[in-house]
Amino acid sequence: MEQAHQGAGPKQRAVEVGTALLTLLFGFVVLYGSYLVGVGWGSDGPQAGFFPFYIGLAIAGCSVINLLQALREDGDALFAEWGQLGQVLKVLIPACIYVALVPFLGIYLPSVLLIVVFMTWLGKYGWPLSLAVGFGVPAFFYMTLERWFLIPLPKGPIEAMLGL
Amino acid sequence: MLDNFINLYHGFYIAGDPFNILLMVIGILLGVIIGVLPGLGGANGVAILLPLTFSMSPTSAIILLTCIYWGALFGGAITSVLFNIPGEPWSVATTFDGHPMARSGRAGEALTAAFTSSFVGAFFAIVMITMIAPLVAQFALQFGPAEKFAVYFLAFASFVGMSKEAPAKTIVSMMIGFALAAVGLDMVTGQLRLTFGITELLNGFDFLIAVIGLFGIGEILLTMEEGLEFRGKAAKIDPKVVWKTWKTLPRYWMTSLRSCIIGCWMGITPAGATPASFMAYGIAKRVSKNGKNFGNGEIEGVVAPETAAHAAGTAAMLPMLALGVPGSPTAAVLLGGLLIWGLQPGPMLFVEQAEFVWGLIASMYLGNIVGLILVLTTVPLFASILRIPFSIIAPVILVICAIGAYTVNNNVFDVLMMMVFGVLGYLLKKTNYPLAPLVLAIVLGDSAEEAFRQSLLASGGSLAIFWSNPLVSSIMGIGIVAGLWPLIAHLFSKLRVTAQPA
Repeated sequence: MEQAHQGAGPKQRAVEVGTALLTLLFGFVVLYGSYLVGVGWGSDGPQAGFFPFYIGLAIAGCSVINLLQALREDGDALFAEWGQLGQVLKVLIPACIYVALVPFLGIYLPSVLLIVVFMTWLGKYGWPLSLAVGFGVPAFFYMTLERWFLIPLPKGPIEAMLGL
Repeated sequence: MLDNFINLYHGFYIAGDPFNILLMVIGILLGVIIGVLPGLGGANGVAILLPLTFSMSPTSAIILLTCIYWGALFGGAITSVLFNIPGEPWSVATTFDGHPMARSGRAGEALTAAFTSSFVGAFFAIVMITMIAPLVAQFALQFGPAEKFAVYFLAFASFVGMSKEAPAKTIVSMMIGFALAAVGLDMVTGQLRLTFGITELLNGFDFLIAVIGLFGIGEILLTMEEGLEFRGKAAKIDPKVVWKTWKTLPRYWMTSLRSCIIGCWMGITPAGATPASFMAYGIAKRVSKNGKNFGNGEIEGVVAPETAAHAAGTAAMLPMLALGVPGSPTAAVLLGGLLIWGLQPGPMLFVEQAEFVWGLIASMYLGNIVGLILVLTTVPLFASILRIPFSIIAPVILVICAIGAYTVNNNVFDVLMMMVFGVLGYLLKKTNYPLAPLVLAIVLGDSAEEAFRQSLLASGGSLAIFWSNPLVSSIMGIGIVAGLWPLIAHLFSKLRVTAQPA
């Protein structure tokens, strides 16, 4: 990785160990799921779980190798500083809220909100520009996709009110 | 053979129609935009635009759609080089050296090399289609499930052998992809598997969702970690840079030729453009005397994958036309188009619809020439997106990703999945797990499993079927060598060291 960072934060080794444990868990989930549908040889050939079972075995096996290698790693290297992770969260949290709103409000209104919030809060742009971009981009997609290409995007109660 | 040329001459007459040339220009431009936007890829871009072509003649329609495909192939390179975001799975390998070149101020050079290589690869593949379409069809007809699986095995084994990450990490990443591909309805037994009663998982995971999440969202998160600066690089392509780069390119003719052949081979067998680009990159890295510098902005590292990706993408049309077996997801969408227009793909197409087939083949020549000229002249236009600050472009990319994820299956759940893949992509990238094998395994998982199961069915469960004839044995053999290559290279160097003092 990069040169040793200054400052505090989670250690690269801890994250590597965590990732290996995660993939190990995923491997077991796949093994269990394959076991549920049968991993053997049925009357008409390989059962549904036959192929995924060996996939699961490979994931679990290689995860153990990765886990052992992660444990042998240098314990001082940082994964990222807390400040950097804060930056990541600043985009991740609005994005998650955005994605969570889409099933309820459709894609247009949350898109306007996301762009406006992002530009005013993180970009420190003025309201006129933020609103222009915020409404302009979804409007562009409305025109091209829905009107031109006739591909309906998810819409919510607001669009229904406007009769779009 | 002479018949082919007479037919081709007639095809040029059809494709050279001014209306069809106009469609080529529109198709290429739309394709580049689709290729530039991460998430709106060639396959779903073509699928989205398919309904627009119903009113056209089949020949005009397929010219428009294939040109969108060529445009997407060209456009994928732009974001790979400038943004480090592969617009398409097959341009992932282009980021390895293309983006470092852009970072050191050689973006114009990298793009010229990418476009020119794309053109060379495509042209090679079209010539091949023209010359040997009937012969190759005969040969590929012999491919049984065992041979198909052997080809998949070769592609994935080369991943393990050629990846710069730890082999165990590559395998984990690849196998996660295979596992995700297996989720949902099992086509053979009709059983549900790995869904654990969650209805949203019935249809499994779509690789486009994974690509949008892993690369699009993951990249935005990575960029945020490094501050509010988008690492996109400006591109200036002027005739001087183009000329300068063109003068250096003939030096890499060996790499080009090798990539052309890899690309054509992988395109005809249904392995596709993505593994072809990785194989070409990996082999160029091993063979080149500059191999150590690959990943730091070596022009050869752009030439190799781009040539192969375009050769494969173009060659994928061959089995689609001659056999009715698509060689790539986009070819599969085009195949659907043929059926809608009332044409039956397969060997009879060459006989019954000769005008259509040869018009299409001729349009491939013209379309790629038009494409090369267009992309070289319009790159500054597309690259001007880069002057927009990250705090504007990040939410817009998020919105485009969400729309892209939604339009794949018109499913809101896919938008949530995209976000999950995004976080996963960030985590895996930071811990040095390669993402490309994961995506590739999701794409090819079902076909690989199908080939594997069909082979085992034929042999009654014995793995010996993968060594049952010279063709399948040699593909498997090359696969094993490719997978164990680091080990073999290590042994060789050891032998050499111990041999010298003696």
